[in-house]
Amino acid sequence: MSPKAVWILAEQREGKVADVSYELITRGRELADQRGTELCAVILGDNLSDAELQTLIDRGCDRVLHASAPELRHFLPEPYDKCLQALIVKEQPEILIAAATSTGRTVMPCVAGPLRAGLTADCTGLQIEADTGNLLQTRPAAGGNIMATIKTPERRPQMATVRPHSTRPAPSISGRTGRIDRWQPPADLLKSRVRRVDYTPAVETQAIQDADVVVAVGRGFKKGDNVELARKLANVLDGAVGASREAVDRGWLPYPAQVGLSGKTVSPKLYIAVGVSGTVQHLAGMQTSETIIAINSDSEAPIFNYAEIGLCGDLFTLLPMLTAKIAAAKQS
Amino acid sequence: MKIIVLIKQVPESQATRMDETTGTLIREAASSVINPLDLHAIECALLIKEAAKEKCEIVCLSMGPPAATKVLREAMALGVDHGVLLSDRAFAGSDTWCTAFTLAAAVRKLGLPDLILCGERATDGETGQTGPAMGAFLDLPVISFVSHIEQIAGGWRARRMLEDGYETVEIDGPALACVLKEAAVPRLPTLQGKRLSRAKDIDIMSAQDLGVSQDDTGLKASPTRVVKIFRPSHLKKCEKLPAMDPAQAEKAVDRVVCLLKEKGLI
Ligand SMILES: Cc1cc2nc3c(=O)[nH]c(=O)nc-3n(C[C@H](O)[C@H](O)[C@H](O)COP(=O)(O)OP(=O)(O)OC[C@H]3O[C@@H](n4cnc5c(N)ncnc54)[C@H](O)[C@@H]3O)c2cc1C
Ligand SMILES: Cc1cc2nc3c(=O)[nH]c(=O)nc-3n(C[C@H](O)[C@H](O)[C@H](O)COP(=O)(O)OP(=O)(O)OC[C@H]3O[C@@H](n4cnc5c(N)ncnc54)[C@H](O)[C@@H]3O)c2cc1C
Repeated sequence: MSPKAVWILAEQREGKVADVSYELITRGRELADQRGTELCAVILGDNLSDAELQTLIDRGCDRVLHASAPELRHFLPEPYDKCLQALIVKEQPEILIAAATSTGRTVMPCVAGPLRAGLTADCTGLQIEADTGNLLQTRPAAGGNIMATIKTPERRPQMATVRPHSTRPAPSISGRTGRIDRWQPPADLLKSRVRRVDYTPAVETQAIQDADVVVAVGRGFKKGDNVELARKLANVLDGAVGASREAVDRGWLPYPAQVGLSGKTVSPKLYIAVGVSGTVQHLAGMQTSETIIAINSDSEAPIFNYAEIGLCGDLFTLLPMLTAKIAAAKQS
Repeated sequence: MKIIVLIKQVPESQATRMDETTGTLIREAASSVINPLDLHAIECALLIKEAAKEKCEIVCLSMGPPAATKVLREAMALGVDHGVLLSDRAFAGSDTWCTAFTLAAAVRKLGLPDLILCGERATDGETGQTGPAMGAFLDLPVISFVSHIEQIAGGWRARRMLEDGYETVEIDGPALACVLKEAAVPRLPTLQGKRLSRAKDIDIMSAQDLGVSQDDTGLKASPTRVVKIFRPSHLKKCEKLPAMDPAQAEKAVDRVVCLLKEKGLI
């Protein structure tokens, strides 16, 4: 008998599959192939269309299991927890991975508690251990200063959340087939003591944790009006603008843009730190970025120790120049 | 009304030392402080207490070595009424499942409060799992990524920071909330607070006091096992380019554009 299935917890927003789900497919497909088993996407929402669910199959799932009810339209802790638990108890997957998003990081520990499952947080590496078939889960901790590899030898399912943008989304392959199962949870699983009463979209157009490129603003910008220089650079790179705490505390950027220990952890393909000194608290939120570039007038700024290229000079000269040259390079 | 705030003792410095031969963390080396985000949780509790019409008691609960009494005292100097420390060799090496299970057992002993507050994550383990798992054990609704919380008739209103915006939720009855830095600006301890805190008692509870068996707490009972700890190679050999005068600046910027092309970023 082949081992039990590998599950991913796909996410949806307003009835559309969220992109982070496709990154989970990349991870899940690899694991399922190594274990010689099925990859199933579980998705909670309110009556998603077949076409939308099919995208999960097109990108590599063998099966989609859609828990559908009006109460599941938006994330609510209790119904999400109860429905996911019920499915796990019924089908006993071997592995369950979710994205380390506000949803995944909330619902996974709630589910792992009563099931007595091991749960590893915010993984950047997942592998199958050759001789045992156990899931090896690697994650950064202590502000990126250490990495830990963790396994759950006895309990099942083996559960992990995976850091968004730590892998590529799986591409769509035409002609893939799979089955779609719809499940209507019974009313007692849908009860909630929490009501969603309001929602305000973020002011910044792109959230920093979803961006491939982040241009970070530090105290070196001197005043809020100058942030425009960073915004222009971010625009030519289709990126988002992040900030050090100094920049947020001065009101130049809102708190959701803060990178670091008491802000967000980001891991984009490109992080450009401008007028940011590189304190441990800031590094904690960005040092796992793929490529780091630093612009700072102080040639001894610690940020340079983490950068691939460092420009020692005045940001007010360098930023406009860089923006113009990138724009020109994209034209040609 | 009663509020329980969970506080964790963490090493002060982020630059954790590691025993390179055994691959384990050297914890004693760094001096310990309250997990920074937990200060914001304490402040939320103090603000709720100050705004409440009824009497309100704030209890800080921590699981850790005996030295963690220090962080509980610090919390009391800020205005927290009472401190409880869960300390027992049996708890050592607990993963988040066991930590949450043990803390939940303590909350049951202390009596279920109207609100439990914790930080969004601790600076060392950084899982952010302890709070939500505890909520599940206590059958409390878990409100995570909270950027504001206030009391309303019959429950709580909270604002949550999501990836793409802010959500406001209302909760009927007791809840567990994990707070972000944004939720409140921590106050500083006063001299009088410090003096009062020295007079207050800290209750210390063992596994036996909680009725928690070795099958449910500590290293052996933990579902997860750390197989290996290693140091990542983030430190880069930086190509440092002087860019003080216009000619240098031009050359340096060209080099950056070239790198971005090489990496397929533009
Ligand atoms: C518990 C705790 C949590 C914290 N959490 C965070 C967090 O989440 N995120 C965070 O960022 N910080 C955090 N901090 C704060 C952190 O310690 C630093 O204060 C902060 O990171 C510094 O921000 P900065 O680099 O913008 O400012 P600074 O350290 O002041 O650096 C400014 C830099 O700009 C350079 N500069 C000045 N003028 C120019 C110019 N014209 N051109 C080019 N460069 C120039 C300077 O050389 C300098 O390196 C935290 C601190 C504590 C104690
Ligand atoms: C390198 C490393 C990696 C680890 N990875 C994992 C993992 O992936 N999965 C896992 O299950 N365990 C893991 N652990 C174990 C985990 O760190 C401990 O269980 C720890 O006691 C709680 O987790 P945390 O530090 O992540 O706290 P978090 O869950 O991040 O803390 C959130 C909040 O919970 C409260 N809190 C947490 N701990 C306590 C406490 N002892 N007393 C009172 N309140 C508390 C605080 O309010 C805190 O702000 C890891 C440990 C190390 C050293």
